Amino acid sequence: MAVLTEEQTMLRDMAREWADNEAPVGAFRKMRDAAPAAFYDADAWRAQAEMGWAGILVPEAQGGAGMGYLSLGLVLEQLGRNLVATPLAATAAATSALILGGSEAQRAEWLPRIAAGDVVAALAVDEGPRFAPERIETRVEDGRLSGTKYFVAEGDSARLFVVAAADGLYLVSGDEGVTRSARKLVDARSHAEVRFEGARAEKLEGGRDLVTQVTDRAAAALSAEMLGMAEAAFAQTNDYLKTRVQFGQVLSSFQALQHRMAKMLTELELTRSVVEGALEAIDSGRANVSQEVSLAKATANETLHLVSREMVQLHGGIGMTDEHDAGFYLKRARVLEAMWGNAAWHRDRFARLNGY
Amino acid sequence: MATAPEIDAPADPLGAFRSEVRDWLAAHFPPSLKGKDNAMSAVEGPHENSPEEDAWQAAMGEKGWGVPTWPSDYGGGGLSRAEARVLQEEMARIGAWNPIGGMGVMMFGPTLLEYGSEEQKSEHIPAIAKGTVRWCQGYSEPGAGSDLASLQCFAEDKGDHYLVNGQKTWTSGGQWADKCFMLVRTDRTKKHEGITFLLCDMDTPGVEVKPIRLISGSSPFCETFFTNVQVPKANRVGAEGQGWTIGKRLLQHERSSLSGGGSAAGRLFAQGTPLAPLAKTFVGEDEQGRIADPELRGRIARHEMDLRAFLATLRRASQEVASNQGPSATTSIMKNVGARLIQERSELLIEIRGLAGLGWEGEGFEADALKDARAWLFGKAVSIYGGSSEIQNNVIAKRILGMLDHQ
Ligand SMILES: Cc1cc2nc3c(=O)[nH]c(=O)nc-3n(C[C@H](O)[C@H](O)[C@H](O)COP(=O)(O)OP(=O)(O)OC[C@H]3O[C@@H](n4cnc5c(N)ncnc54)[C@H](O)[C@@H]3O)c2cc1C
Repeated sequence: MAVLTEEQTMLRDMAREWADNEAPVGAFRKMRDAAPAAFYDADAWRAQAEMGWAGILVPEAQGGAGMGYLSLGLVLEQLGRNLVATPLAATAAATSALILGGSEAQRAEWLPRIAAGDVVAALAVDEGPRFAPERIETRVEDGRLSGTKYFVAEGDSARLFVVAAADGLYLVSGDEGVTRSARKLVDARSHAEVRFEGARAEKLEGGRDLVTQVTDRAAAALSAEMLGMAEAAFAQTNDYLKTRVQFGQVLSSFQALQHRMAKMLTELELTRSVVEGALEAIDSGRANVSQEVSLAKATANETLHLVSREMVQLHGGIGMTDEHDAGFYLKRARVLEAMWGNAAWHRDRFARLNGY
Repeated sequence: MATAPEIDAPADPLGAFRSEVRDWLAAHFPPSLKGKDNAMSAVEGPHENSPEEDAWQAAMGEKGWGVPTWPSDYGGGGLSRAEARVLQEEMARIGAWNPIGGMGVMMFGPTLLEYGSEEQKSEHIPAIAKGTVRWCQGYSEPGAGSDLASLQCFAEDKGDHYLVNGQKTWTSGGQWADKCFMLVRTDRTKKHEGITFLLCDMDTPGVEVKPIRLISGSSPFCETFFTNVQVPKANRVGAEGQGWTIGKRLLQHERSSLSGGGSAAGRLFAQGTPLAPLAKTFVGEDEQGRIADPELRGRIARHEMDLRAFLATLRRASQEVASNQGPSATTSIMKNVGARLIQERSELLIEIRGLAGLGWEGEGFEADALKDARAWLFGKAVSIYGGSSEIQNNVIAKRILGMLDHQ
């Protein structure tokens, strides 16, 4: 566990308590069954904004808490544990673009509203189903942006889009020239295809480097969410093995299963270190952020992949039923694994950054 | 899989039989059904057959070739294994498929042929061979999954019938089945020797079926409740208390068909979306025409190699048991490898397609991708049902390696 400030410890404990009391997995299930157009839990989002989480990254001058990425990660980890369905991660990714590349005016216009939870923002980069930030054809001419973005998380409800074009990131805030089409993925969250046809766009400073910086931050944030999911999936499986009796014994007495749980715990420990490491690298502005993020995302991907599979397997038949939560973790896991770079993508970049 | 190579008829010892098969298939298999086999039908439930499908099923049922090696006295094809292989090759050659399947074919039929009375065989086997009666498997209970022998559903001896009370769960196809083969307890004082094998009509008063939705969205399996259900004594297979032996034999048949030697898994592999061309489409190619991502390319190659090793082992095993001694404990090995490969393939398909491989429903997805995503989720069950991978490993350790049973 990273060394936390008192403020961070309070934030984490509060997030954990809130998620456990107010937003258990049952709340996600309810949202899924109700299938709202925006595909998030509006009540939970309002509550999160009131607790100041929408503004964790936003500087105090603009009404936020100015706390940084480790703090954001601590919250996302707690939300990941219970699969809380809110646009916090997507909005934070877009927020980081404004903070890193926004002009005074842009920041003044958007950040206070984001911090208040009045604006859901989304980061729109990919133009295909796989993460490929180097392959972007979206173009801007005379301040008008055109291009199609696939599977934009929270694209159904976003008021503000941070859009990657060939020469960097742009803000698109109006609906003119913007068409959204819902894309229903297995995780029952919002992913929309967003078509921009001559939408009015404002440039953010920073060119292509900004795209890397922002997608790195998005990947680090997701890694934290994935860490939380893996922890919860692991803990539930562990509890189940301790109560389920077969052959006159609890399953947890079988050594074959003990060793598998021990392996998963080991992977979880490694994952926590690298996820926190990436978030801290961002906060302290270290030069090797991309490397740390690739390490974190690749590791989180592999760990959550393993744990989510084992969760279903070790629950036996009950884990295959929709009535049980295991499937939710499995489905959400694969979606997050694919977003902002799968394990192979990040291993490849890690190798390149290390000169091999 | 590649289509079977042309076989040189004159040099073929079964040449005459082969040409008979060819002629018969040409006369009876409607070309419009070529490749229309649905490997997921077992999961999604029966669908409305087209008139062509009805005709094809009737023809195969009449001929007994849906169950080619079963005795012709009971409506089977009466073919030798070698002849059955010829039939399979000839069907593959023209894209024909077996319309007769389900639990009756996979596991109940072979078990009944071995343990059933003359009356039971004549009553049930022909209907299975024609595909007109659907069977479901009443084994698992809430407290008895891997530890099947701890089942509690009780059958009380009432002279001419048993009175059955209790609950089964995860009963696949229970809502569509006509009949159920089930394990019940007839003696509470003995664990394994207190189990009896019964056959129950699903429309007997007191049988109640409640479908359960799976993570893949479909609802092919059920909770099945038995309340004062009367099952005639004539529906008992084998002696009272012999159910565990018979039931385990059936599980061996289940394993061998689930491993891919039989239908479901083999069909999935045969009909499944090929990985490499898909990867080239989604990931791109390098200058030399290879999959652009070398790591993914390596993993696809490894998977394809494992798959070939698996299929080669299945072939070798089937040649070795040509003496027809039925499935052996090695079916546990094959079930585990088959399960791993099916799941690995699904995961690779998802990884290749990225988010386009994780569609649930609605606009913006290829039909194949949606089907593969559901199959991925359903496929998580293949390492659980029919005896989980862990339980197969226990069987391998105990029965093949002679290791100690710690239970
Ligand atoms: C899709 C599907 C269809 C099915 N269809 C049918 C059907 O038609 N009819 C029917 O009767 N049943 C059916 N089943 C039930 C199936 O056979 C059981 O789910 C299976 O036997 C496992 O039992 P369980 O679910 O109670 O899991 P449990 O026995 O509780 O096992 C939970 C986990 O513990 C592991 N475990 C258990 N014991 C040991 C041990 N000694 N050593 C190591 N690990 C162990 C298991 O492998 C599993 O991973 C179906 C199941 C599924 C998922």
